[in-house]
Amino acid sequence: MGERILMKGNEAIGEAAIKAGCRFFFGYPITPQNELPEYMSRRMPQVDGTFVQAESEIAAINMVYGAAGAGARAMTSSSSPGISLKQEGISYIAGAELPAVIVNIVRGGPGLGGIQPGQGDYFQSVKGGGHGDYRLIVLAPANLQEAVDLVTEAFDLADYYRNPVLILGDGLLGQMMEPVEFKATKLRELPAKEWATNGLRNHGGKTNIINSLVLDPHGLEEHNIRLQEKYARIVEAEQKAEIVDCDDAELAIVAYGSTARIAKTAVTQLRQEGLKVGLIRPISLWPFPVKDFEKVIPTVKSFLTVEMSAGQMVEDVRLTVNGCKPVYFYGRMGGIVPAPEEIAAQVREILGGAK
Amino acid sequence: MVKVFERPKALADVPTHYCPGCTHGIIHRLIAEVIDELGIVDKTIGVAPVGCAVLAYNYFTCDMQQAAHGRAPAVATGIKRVCPDSAVFTYQGDGDLASIGCAEIVHAAARSEQITTIFVNNGIYGMTGGQMAPTTLPGDKTTTSPYGRDTSKQGFPIRISEMLATLDGPAYIARVSVHNVANIVRARKAIKKAFEYQLAGKGFTLVEILSTCPTNWGITPIEALNKVKSEMLPYFPLGEIKDIEAGEKK
Amino acid sequence: MILDVIMAGFGGQGVMLMGQLLTYAGMVDNKQVSWMPAYGPEMRGGTANCTVIVSDAPVGSPVVSEPKAVIAMNLPSLDKFEPLVKPGGVLIYNSSLIHRAPTRTDVRLIAIPANEIAAELGNTRVANMVMLGALLAATEAVSTSAVEAALKKALPAHRQDLLPLNLEAIARGRELVK
Repeated sequence: MGERILMKGNEAIGEAAIKAGCRFFFGYPITPQNELPEYMSRRMPQVDGTFVQAESEIAAINMVYGAAGAGARAMTSSSSPGISLKQEGISYIAGAELPAVIVNIVRGGPGLGGIQPGQGDYFQSVKGGGHGDYRLIVLAPANLQEAVDLVTEAFDLADYYRNPVLILGDGLLGQMMEPVEFKATKLRELPAKEWATNGLRNHGGKTNIINSLVLDPHGLEEHNIRLQEKYARIVEAEQKAEIVDCDDAELAIVAYGSTARIAKTAVTQLRQEGLKVGLIRPISLWPFPVKDFEKVIPTVKSFLTVEMSAGQMVEDVRLTVNGCKPVYFYGRMGGIVPAPEEIAAQVREILGGAK
Repeated sequence: MVKVFERPKALADVPTHYCPGCTHGIIHRLIAEVIDELGIVDKTIGVAPVGCAVLAYNYFTCDMQQAAHGRAPAVATGIKRVCPDSAVFTYQGDGDLASIGCAEIVHAAARSEQITTIFVNNGIYGMTGGQMAPTTLPGDKTTTSPYGRDTSKQGFPIRISEMLATLDGPAYIARVSVHNVANIVRARKAIKKAFEYQLAGKGFTLVEILSTCPTNWGITPIEALNKVKSEMLPYFPLGEIKDIEAGEKK
Repeated sequence: MILDVIMAGFGGQGVMLMGQLLTYAGMVDNKQVSWMPAYGPEMRGGTANCTVIVSDAPVGSPVVSEPKAVIAMNLPSLDKFEPLVKPGGVLIYNSSLIHRAPTRTDVRLIAIPANEIAAELGNTRVANMVMLGALLAATEAVSTSAVEAALKKALPAHRQDLLPLNLEAIARGRELVK
């Protein structure tokens, strides 16, 4: 076991990226993710890396596009309004099939919203956000160790599938401190980046082109079909969830990220009261962990989705449960973090009503 | 027999989509000649954003990245930071660079990114069908200034080169034209100097090239070349506007 | 769960650092720990608070609505957090700056004249360490050696000479609780 280091979430994410070999970070200030670009501005020069404070989030994501196209592991981070600005670039990165890692430390919205934690960017993250038929791999850590591990994996997934990966955190994960450990793990064999536009001399004299423009409709449809085939492979291989205490559960809480760790506390409280409650925690939000749900759907009597939003992931839960069992929802908005007691009260009400 | 004229190796042997009489072809050729002459085709990466030149990736034989509208300087920043020993150039039109991409070009210049921007200024949006650009001359009719650009409502053209020359970042900024042979020769020299400065690590370089759009201007190619001379040159004076080796020019 | 505590005061009282020290010490003791700051737009002069959890089990919610302990460094903090202390918990308040008695009767109340003690020690900036000492005595959440290790880690290289002062401040806080 390596050394446990007490770090702030934003900084732990930054260090994980550096440990994963990311040497190019392009950022722009916005609360509550500022510690991440600040950390990178300190660390990158120490590892011969590059930190650029871009003139805007738009410029930052396009710098990522350029750097990723040239074959480097590149990253940007922001928080909700800034991620909205990046959507054009994210669509291009997905269209041109470039590997990149984007971090969203979500705050409450819409508009300028607030700076407290939120989960209102779920739709934007998993349903598109930018234009066109594309998908991001979306990973939602619930604690800082997992954030570190998922950032490491994100770079591998991005390179493996030539696809942008979004780390969906929130203000709570970004701001809190927890011990983390940086493990040296080799996750998967990665193909060489023979497609990179780093000069003909670096890839045998053949011209490489990074592009998302296909004017011929048939050509563009073919491109899309190929993308969809890739997405299908990802759906098959990359679903990830944690299932807690669902074996005998009457009700399963469904929550991701910070909300899931709070829900876990509620589950512990409820179990002490003798209530049979479990938790399904999607870790990959896209692909949505349908396979994990399928294990639980036959035995669980109802689901309660809890989010820091008006109800976004709950739509995917309903699609997955597909009417087999009731799906309830409890959400807080505006940057309010639900307390374990609130969640427990919702569960008691549902279970009480069912009896 | 001695071959006295051939296609530059940096230029692909394919027909282009450019309209007859358009000067993009000349400018492509000049860039390709410079790349050949400097012997850098194997370490050059070009960035072509949205605009008439969006398909430039089909025409150059070096590595190319297509970029979002206006974002080429940011994309080029990413590439150059990853490949500091390469030559990276952007090829941008006036709508792209002077309107939607104004922030990106200003900040790339301010950071003195080691890139070369070829700024093709023909005072109109070509690919989208002849709309008013930031560099459209006062009084000129376009599809979005059908009564002529009214400066009281639609503002004034932006002299990008002069504006950028006020920054400390740029190493070389020149405005050239391709409306006749003498100017084409000067344009080539400016492009070469810009690439040389980039390769020497002197800083950000930009060559603004006054260009034509006979199709959307609604005139013949000859008339278009004459318009550059008679109408654009007075508004956009030619010359080396900034050259850190020569000091500030007037 | 060993301890969950909210520490609050105004900016400059070292509330965040006090929380980080406790968190770090918990980690040294091989406990599960978390530190969560309340963050806002103000950079200086506002109120500051953080929540620290030291636990045997993995930390669930890092935010706590009913903490076992509260440290209030000033009156606004007492006003805000006194009602939240879990019945049977402990409320430690800085009687140097708070001139009203808490009204709760179902929690242990500990008054610490932190600023006076810090002044006696010759450095008012260690008032937070006096409060931390009182918390450690009242809860025994982490070991003394772990706190010392945390302090060594927290103090920059050129400030290691302040270690004895800080340890003494913690010891003084402890004594007041015994």
